Amino acid sequence: MKKLAKFLKGYELWSVLAPSFKLLEALMDLFVPLVVARIIDVGIAGNQFSVIIHGFLLMILLAALGLGFSFTAQYFAARASVGFATKLRKALFDHIQSLDYQQLDTLGTSTLITRMTSDVQQVQNGLNMGLRLLLRSPFIVFGSMIMAFTINVRCAMVFVVAIPILAVVVYGIMIITIPMYRKVQAGLDQVTGATRENLTGVRVIRAFCREDDEVKAFDDKNDQLTRMNEFVGRISALMNPATYFLINAATIILIQQGAICVNIGSIGQGSVVALYNYMAQMIVELIKLASLIITINKALACADRVAAVLDIKSGQIYPGSLPAVHSTSLSENTAGTAAAAPEVQFDHVSFRYEGAGAESVSDLTFSVKKGQTVGIIGGTGAGKSTLVNLIPRFYDATSGKVSLAGRDVRDYPEDILRNRIGVVPQKAVLFEGTIRDSMKWGNENATDGEIEKALAVSQAKEVVDKKEGRLDYMVEQNGKNLSGGQKQRLTIARALVRNPEILIMDDSSSALDFATDAALRKAIRGLSADRPDDPMTVFIVSQRASSIMTADLILVMADGRIAGAGTHDELLRSNEVYQEIFYSQFPEKRPTSDNKNDSAGISGGIHGTQSGQKSVLSNGKEVLA
Amino acid sequence: MKTDESRKKMKQNSNSDAKSNSADTQNAGESEILMKGDQAGSLDTLKKVMKFIGRYKILLLLSLILAAVTVVLQLYVPILFGDAIDGIVGKGKVDFGIIRYYGAQIMLLVVISSLATWMMNIINNRLTYRVVRDIRSRAIRQIQVLPLSWLDAHQTGDIVGRVIADADQLSDGLLLGFTQLFSGVVTIAVTLVFMFSKSVVITLFVLVMTPVSFLVAKFISTRSYKMFGKQTQARGRQTALIEEMIGNEKIVKAFGYGARASERFEEINQELQEYSWRAVFFSSLTNPSTRAVNSVIYAFVTLIGAMHILSGRLTVGGLSVLLSYANQYMKPFNDISSVITELQNALSCAARIFALIEAKPQSADPAQELPAAEGKVEIKDLAFSYDKKKPLIEHFKVTAEPGTKVAIVGPTGCGKTTFINLLMRFYDADGGTIDVDGHSIYDVSRHSLRRSYGMVLQDTWLKSGTVRENIAFGKPDATDEEIINAAKEAHSWGFIRRLPKGLDTVIGNDSLSQGQRQLLCITRVMLCLPPMLILDEATSSIDTRTEMQIQNAFDKLMKGRTSFVVAHRLSTIRSADIILVMKDGKIIEQGTHDGLMAKGGFYAQLYNAQFAGVQL
Repeated sequence: MKKLAKFLKGYELWSVLAPSFKLLEALMDLFVPLVVARIIDVGIAGNQFSVIIHGFLLMILLAALGLGFSFTAQYFAARASVGFATKLRKALFDHIQSLDYQQLDTLGTSTLITRMTSDVQQVQNGLNMGLRLLLRSPFIVFGSMIMAFTINVRCAMVFVVAIPILAVVVYGIMIITIPMYRKVQAGLDQVTGATRENLTGVRVIRAFCREDDEVKAFDDKNDQLTRMNEFVGRISALMNPATYFLINAATIILIQQGAICVNIGSIGQGSVVALYNYMAQMIVELIKLASLIITINKALACADRVAAVLDIKSGQIYPGSLPAVHSTSLSENTAGTAAAAPEVQFDHVSFRYEGAGAESVSDLTFSVKKGQTVGIIGGTGAGKSTLVNLIPRFYDATSGKVSLAGRDVRDYPEDILRNRIGVVPQKAVLFEGTIRDSMKWGNENATDGEIEKALAVSQAKEVVDKKEGRLDYMVEQNGKNLSGGQKQRLTIARALVRNPEILIMDDSSSALDFATDAALRKAIRGLSADRPDDPMTVFIVSQRASSIMTADLILVMADGRIAGAGTHDELLRSNEVYQEIFYSQFPEKRPTSDNKNDSAGISGGIHGTQSGQKSVLSNGKEVLA
Repeated sequence: MKTDESRKKMKQNSNSDAKSNSADTQNAGESEILMKGDQAGSLDTLKKVMKFIGRYKILLLLSLILAAVTVVLQLYVPILFGDAIDGIVGKGKVDFGIIRYYGAQIMLLVVISSLATWMMNIINNRLTYRVVRDIRSRAIRQIQVLPLSWLDAHQTGDIVGRVIADADQLSDGLLLGFTQLFSGVVTIAVTLVFMFSKSVVITLFVLVMTPVSFLVAKFISTRSYKMFGKQTQARGRQTALIEEMIGNEKIVKAFGYGARASERFEEINQELQEYSWRAVFFSSLTNPSTRAVNSVIYAFVTLIGAMHILSGRLTVGGLSVLLSYANQYMKPFNDISSVITELQNALSCAARIFALIEAKPQSADPAQELPAAEGKVEIKDLAFSYDKKKPLIEHFKVTAEPGTKVAIVGPTGCGKTTFINLLMRFYDADGGTIDVDGHSIYDVSRHSLRRSYGMVLQDTWLKSGTVRENIAFGKPDATDEEIINAAKEAHSWGFIRRLPKGLDTVIGNDSLSQGQRQLLCITRVMLCLPPMLILDEATSSIDTRTEMQIQNAFDKLMKGRTSFVVAHRLSTIRSADIILVMKDGKIIEQGTHDGLMAKGGFYAQLYNAQFAGVQL
């Protein structure tokens, strides 16, 4: 909470004024019983009508002042708490922008959204309530006691004894029950989970005839929750009767003490009424304070969670500019001496996700020349996406070095690195806005001409042509009004608008049919042909052998390692994993003796494969080892 | 989430319109019940609730009696205090006898009412928690017997909401609300009686002033309502932006969009602040305002009371009674108005729950068991549709001999998954027959029919629990040896062995890959070894290489068993004995792979389309 205090900056005065005015209001409330006492003791006992009228007018005045003070207090509290929450939300939003992928993975985006929305809201409510009431209730409780002292010390002693006893009972019950309610919540989660499971698994449960067992398991959880609820309920059921009993017992004693004092003449009857009223006022505030403490506790827990997010500092540090020493080698590179440094180089790179037991990729070593197309293929979980995520430095290698144009990726300032690389992520996500807006994600200053060109290359032109308003067509949130294939083509175009040096497509044509996929790859090659001095380096991750067959370099991934590297023909001849993948997708190309449809366009490699089968096996093992 | 999606997909696969006719009528029935202001409907619901709480009626009655006792006693106590104060007249004129007398009386009443409150609280607890428990246990039983058409037509979240939140709301709102309403009314009535007994004029004055407080509250709430509307809108837009940007933060970062996102956020953030502080401020005016009105009433009661005392029509003790009533008088009114909204809310929740637990269950189960099946499945003239106006499956006819592999292919929405639903009797056909070994599946018990099938679906549903519990799902009494053997045969033992606790590993949300989950689903079936198999898109979420490995497990499973295989990837069904090519609910082609390819029809078209555009 202390860490969040800085967001009150600029609202300090209001944060002080709000509770101050609230105290003034409470003071007005505290005066009322005194006025009533005076009316009774002086006005009625002395039969002075003017005193009664005077007292009445004073009470109206107190009510009016109280109203004014409390309006002022509410105003300051509202301004301060809402202003605080606004600043906090902005700071949190900006802070999340600075987190790296590793941290986003650990925290989870849904958690972050909750922190930004409901948690901040809870903190705002807590602050607002706190500013208004946190001081007011104790003030009235202790104020009542002090007022009692001004009336009569002997009677006030009843307050001195009663307040701590009441406090112990109220907060004792709260302290016992709050952790129990947490358990009850856990029990309820169990019942909810069981209900959900019965619905999502209904076909399997019925297929395996397990309905009765599921009902029995549910009953157990349900009964347990009920027992817990009743147990906690029995304890918290004590709260009302116990406080009621105590306060009335105290009042009886108070009246007796008051009676003794009146009898000896130290106070009047009206003062007894006033003391009686103070006692009543006190219990109301004590109960209010108890519920306020629950609200503030919740708000504090939320504040802690928000502060925890703000405390996370990105593990990735970007330099402000490229270190000057290397600038010569960079210019050499751009001058076209491609041999000087490979465009992308992995040097014994390994990576392990935070908290994961094993490395996701291990000991990756390869280099890619500028303008080359690299295909990456392998099963799910083989480490394909992890590999390409290391190129734009979404993650930092756990060991080894990733270099771009001869320099460590960690030497690049963030914007230079991002601008150099166009990424088409696995999940085709588009943001709300026109198609033009979506395209400008890639390049803020892109002209319509550049956008159209990118759309043509990504085979998205026909998609856009069919939409009303073309570039002005509104894409709904998450691209809900587009099909999977349409979204994929647009996300490819978005990356191309950037005109990147390196294009990374992470399994991003899976929803395209084979013909469109092929046309897309051809168009991308054409793009590089248009700029022979500065050809684009392309990484294609795919599960489809057909998507990567024509690549200059194919990396075959298995269990986080490179199980083979080379061209299609080389790998088909010599790599077992690649053969398995390829033939699982093109079974008719498998060189079996009874295959009669072998004529279908596969190049001469196949016959070579057949003859070279034995050497392949040993070779494959070597690669895998 | 994932399973929800695939369930939805399943429905879409079955029918592009995805809405079933029977569900339509049920929905219509529900909305009728839920119609706002439908008095007869609410009354009907209330009757059902009363019937439901049946055996707790005595508890409810007891709770009401205790509430009445508590209210009367607690309101009577201030009168006794007033009488005691009247015994304190002035110096040397204090009647300690009276004070002791009333003190003892008060003590007695306070003890009784404290005990009554405590008992009432405990009874209320028991009442509400047990009614909730009963509702939930009824609901879970109902879920087991509801037709899948009903369950498919409702979203999982919706049904969970009824069983959890609505049940809570029903018991909290309806039962507690009812007792609160009752004690509120009693409080007002008793207070008025007691006040009248002290002073008619003052009571009338308080009665006249009561509406003022409400008017003030209403005045403020209508003003703040507008600002709340604007606040809600702005917050909605901000939340949408947060969800879009933070939800896809990785892409935002990849495109360096952070700064622009931040700008857009700040714009809405500032706008929200403007509406928000006003909404918070206006709404926080209600309490002080009504308090001020109350203070004014209090002052007037003091004034009138003092004058009454002077004219001898009231005592000081009487005034203190009236003052304490005047202080609390507004509370039951506020309580009642909030309880009434809650009651209305609870009634609509009750209606939603009853729509679930009173929905028509599936038809009664025949007692006859299907004898151990050989696996001959004969289907004649089968007809089915979700929406009776749009026929889906018609004139469907096929015979599967024991041990053959039947593959079903066709474009999305052609009725493949629907066919599986009919085989398993998840849905009942509209016409035609399905016979297993000469027994109509509608003449044997559902359990005996389903036990003869092993089913593997695309949706790799596993229950939360250990690997062992999941594998033994169809055979809970299986020994470890049997489980391990099944796992070895299904090629899952390799990874299970490597899990941290082997068979005792608890399956978490993301602890297993899709492929591993699917292998467990296959192992689950492998352990039961039923005579017939259904594989519905069982490998579509797995990469081709893993699929090849799983394929071995499948081949083992299918050996000698009649199997029905639905597949998206045509490469996986080439070895089938019969391929049924479905389009728009009809079988348009039927034969082996080679035969169908040679025929050059729809199948050949589908098959070639998969590989179109592949150039080397």
